[in-house]
Amino acid sequence: MERLAIGMIAVALALFLAALTIGPAAIGPGESLRALIAGDAGPLTLVMREIRLPRAILAVMVGASLGLAGAAMQGYLRNPLAEPGLIGISGTAALGAVISIQTGLAASVALGLPAMALVGALVGVALVVALAGSRGSSLTMILAGIAISALAAALTSLVLNLSPNPFAANEIVFWMMGSIADRSMTHVWIALPFMALGWMILATLGRGLDALTLGEDAAGAMGIDLARLRLKLIVGTASVVGAATSVAGAIGFVGLVVPHILRPFVDAQPSRLLWASAMGGAIMVLAADIAVRLILPDRDLKLGVVTALVGAPLFLHLIYKTRRQLA
Amino acid sequence: MSLSGAVLCAASAFADSASRPKGVEPPTRVVSMNLCTDQLAMIVAAPGQLHSVSYLAIDPRGSAMAEEAKAYEINRGLAEEIYLMQPDLVIADSFSKRATIDMLERLGIPVAVFDPAYGLDEVRDLMREMGEVLSREDAAQALIEDFDRRLNVLRAQTKRRPSAALYYANGYTSGDRTLAGQILVAAGFENAAVEAGFASGGFLPLEVLAMLEPEALIVGQRYPGKSRSEEILDHPVVQTLRADHVSGAITDRDWVCGTPHVLRAIEKLGGLREEVLAD
Repeated sequence: MERLAIGMIAVALALFLAALTIGPAAIGPGESLRALIAGDAGPLTLVMREIRLPRAILAVMVGASLGLAGAAMQGYLRNPLAEPGLIGISGTAALGAVISIQTGLAASVALGLPAMALVGALVGVALVVALAGSRGSSLTMILAGIAISALAAALTSLVLNLSPNPFAANEIVFWMMGSIADRSMTHVWIALPFMALGWMILATLGRGLDALTLGEDAAGAMGIDLARLRLKLIVGTASVVGAATSVAGAIGFVGLVVPHILRPFVDAQPSRLLWASAMGGAIMVLAADIAVRLILPDRDLKLGVVTALVGAPLFLHLIYKTRRQLA
Repeated sequence: MSLSGAVLCAASAFADSASRPKGVEPPTRVVSMNLCTDQLAMIVAAPGQLHSVSYLAIDPRGSAMAEEAKAYEINRGLAEEIYLMQPDLVIADSFSKRATIDMLERLGIPVAVFDPAYGLDEVRDLMREMGEVLSREDAAQALIEDFDRRLNVLRAQTKRRPSAALYYANGYTSGDRTLAGQILVAAGFENAAVEAGFASGGFLPLEVLAMLEPEALIVGQRYPGKSRSEEILDHPVVQTLRADHVSGAITDRDWVCGTPHVLRAIEKLGGLREEVLAD
């Protein structure tokens, strides 16, 4: 348990340092870290503090959010296929973000961007929870997710196509696949308040989710208020996914892959899976963001491409394993 | 000539105007369906010869001749509406929808397809080609001579060529093998993106731009409405570069099309160069 935590922190730290020292401008690792910490008026400090540092921090924040949201959703629905991207929450969050940018709300109201993404995510997660029910039949949930994703994607495309701006329509790719290239500290500050709120809410779900593994009646008998648990899950998930999507677009499969890999290490206990998945998500997105820079350094390969290449086969594997339950 | 195989159509014997048989009348009802051919045609055509230009030609953000364009019928580049205009020549460029051009040709309307300009020499070629398809060779020749004269004045000798980078939405840049890159060179700058290996342009990573530290940063034109793509022009790194160095902005109408209006872009950049050299 502690060994797992220490190991994951060590890996995350190593990847964070790697993320800071890898980039299209070839700069030595020692030199770049010196420029980051010591700092001068030169371009190197500018690159380190305004481009690479926010990018690495965002990778950690977005990854932790998606990992945590996946673990919480799966714990509540007791279904390993529940993942914010797959069931349409990221899609509705992206729709909210796009609406706030196109209406000018994002520019005129502080935190208007993540707030609207949060509203979008709330609609998505509430729809899925309502449609799938607390027992979370896989088939209903996945089908609801497909419908919500498709509708959100269509509306996002519609809004972007209606924009008078000639660049807007090409941004569909960003909102569908996600990227944290060339973000700035502004984006860190925009996302942080809602993410922190969501992390705190989701972190308190542990005991309730543990109890829920025994069934709803048993959980109720143990004094778990299920309606309250559901409300906290919805608000917490919407906060973290909304904030993450508003700055990084929809990055899928992180919340699926990470809890799946980590479940055996925490004895399938939902409360421990929560923090472990947050750490694991940070590691996965950091690694994926390093990968996009190494594979195609000058093409801005989208993060979601890498996470889907890893995640989609696993998703198929999970469907294969649970197909009896699905049918 | 780069008139893609020159006017491909049934009645296209006249297409290659150099070998146009005597007695074939010059076109009298011409429709242009692209922003750049719109402007070339408006410059070269005889009064009354050009019937319609595209809707982009009246948008002052992208068109240098928005006022002039209002005198013409407007089309949206659809085969159906263009056919109903009954033109005897349609002018398109190689970015036009292939399906539309094919359809017009099947309907028996001659279509002249122009290539875009990638340099200033090609601006001269385009004017000559436009003169040929419109049977206005003499007018085109006069325009070319005027263009050369003005370009020579603008290509003033400069003591030193300061470095500059072009930076558009999404972090796109233009290298030397583009019209915008050639405008930059003609105005006496060295293109910093070429040094970084972007000879024909591409996505210049923001951190590479920061490390290049060009003496002048020329950013893309902003469009109404919002987009994430243009957000990069507000990134703190770009803001810092613009604050610390000379900076300018592109006006698309003078930059995007190979017409004599590029001279305005060169002239404006010349002022920017003087600003850099005075620092």
